[in-house]
Amino acid sequence: MSEHEYTPKSKVGKWFNDRLPLLTLANHLTDYPTPKNLNYWWTFGGILTFCLITQIVTGLVLAMHYIAHADMAFQSVEHIMRDVNYGWLIRYIHANGASMFFLAVYIHIFRSLFYGSYKSPREVIWIIGIIIYLLMMAAAFLGYVLPWGQMSFWGATVITNLFSAIPLVGEGIVTWLWGGYSVDNPTLTRFFTLHYLIPFLILGLVVLHIWALHVPGNNNPIGIDIKKPSKDTVPFHPYIVIKDGFALLMFMIVFAFFVFYTPNILGHADNYIEANPLVTPAHIVPEWYLLPFYAILRSVPDKLLGVIAMLSAILILAALPWLDTSKIRSAVFRPLYKQFYWILVADVLILGYVGAMPAEGLYLLIARIATAYYFLHFLVVLPVLGFKERTTPVPLSITEPILGGSPNLAAVKKKDSFKDQ
Amino acid sequence: MEKKTKRRDFLFTATYAVGAVGAGAVIWPMIDQMNPDASVKALASTEVDVSAVNPGKTITVLWRGKPVFIRRRTSEEIAEAKSVKLEDLKHPEKDEDRAKNPEWLVMLGVCTHLGCVPLDQKGDYNGWFCPCHGSHYDTSGRIRKGPAPTNMEIPEYKFVDANTIKIG
Repeated sequence: MSEHEYTPKSKVGKWFNDRLPLLTLANHLTDYPTPKNLNYWWTFGGILTFCLITQIVTGLVLAMHYIAHADMAFQSVEHIMRDVNYGWLIRYIHANGASMFFLAVYIHIFRSLFYGSYKSPREVIWIIGIIIYLLMMAAAFLGYVLPWGQMSFWGATVITNLFSAIPLVGEGIVTWLWGGYSVDNPTLTRFFTLHYLIPFLILGLVVLHIWALHVPGNNNPIGIDIKKPSKDTVPFHPYIVIKDGFALLMFMIVFAFFVFYTPNILGHADNYIEANPLVTPAHIVPEWYLLPFYAILRSVPDKLLGVIAMLSAILILAALPWLDTSKIRSAVFRPLYKQFYWILVADVLILGYVGAMPAEGLYLLIARIATAYYFLHFLVVLPVLGFKERTTPVPLSITEPILGGSPNLAAVKKKDSFKDQ
Repeated sequence: MEKKTKRRDFLFTATYAVGAVGAGAVIWPMIDQMNPDASVKALASTEVDVSAVNPGKTITVLWRGKPVFIRRRTSEEIAEAKSVKLEDLKHPEKDEDRAKNPEWLVMLGVCTHLGCVPLDQKGDYNGWFCPCHGSHYDTSGRIRKGPAPTNMEIPEYKFVDANTIKIG
């Protein structure tokens, strides 16, 4: 909450605020001091909020027309596409919105990785973020099942069968999840219920995520602690609001491109065939945003170990604040980490690519190497780097490199070019 | 300091215990409602007429929402299945135990890896091949190569008469 006391100007405002301090909260949010050097990679928090609201609103509308029954689900989706006024638009926004949501969240996560936003004192923000990410994957998977196409059905079969890898109780858990002996109507109705529930859980966690953020305040591109408020900060409104707004508009152009020009490019043609429990499509692949983890699953030849590897690949992120032993947050001052960061980015992209390819021959070999490297990065490279790396000098404040006196030559050089202009 | 509140401690513990039992009694129905219901269980057996199945043919029937392969094997396939040494198998099972009547192989057409339906007469062992993650099964439905941990499952079944199989 704000450092200073806030009193509403109007008498009614004061009366209300004394009873429920909503105006104090609004004042805190507008005055919230933000580092003045935040770049565009910091605009994805706002973009993600937009994505969540878009999914909830379009989802509510779709739920008015969708029928969660194994015999009618597929037809009702076609009904939405053909008969419902603007149904095609709303469904395409919802379907592509999921992809846009993941695009934004991956940029958001990789921004944290680059600038060390997960480090002390922001570990709790980071872990809440990982939980949100897990819930997003659950919501996306459950939602993909609802149209009851071939990919829906077989995706649901493969993913729920992951639980059968658990020794002793695995089969029982799978039957319990299905509500039968295979993916069928009971599975569809509960998946619909949970798909409806999860976005609201995410919304609640987003509130906690932002609350936890507002305790230490934003990290920033040079990753130093700054005084708030000070010469190094600007109020959230209007500075960040307008910057986030501009970035959001750019993002919406990309979003609209997919919705209006290639609405099906991120989906699979097989999902326009109604679910058939007797025929498995020749090539089952999840949506693009889950491919790296799918590649990790398939790269391990043992069923249980494959599932463990896939889950660990996500959960290892929660331990990241303690695996990264470096005290310096931003990669700007970490010449070696910066290189390993980009290798990790490439590694995840490679995993995504081989996840879409058949699991055989060269692809399998590449997937295994990339999987091994993924874990190596978090379990070996990061802990060792914190001790071995020679970091470059970090400025004492955001304004210091510009106003002079910084021990960082690269930053001072910038200052000279700044003077020349 | 000596503890003097023994009576109160007992009351707390007793209250927590009763509360936990009560919570469990409320939570269990909420969990168990997701298990297969009576109408799903009622469909647990199926009778199939196999008189039209010639040697070398497979039919697929739906049982409990899952495909069941009923294959009338050729003598070469039976010989191949019987000739395999048990120590070569990932999940050692004799062919005699899987097909009581060697001519008929009745098994769940569900890959034991992640539940896809394997393709008939494909793969390196002339049996089945799962297109999802590349598991190869032999003419007895036993796993020979790939990520699947066990052989394809044999459901409970019996011949009601010469031409009818009852599954389940």
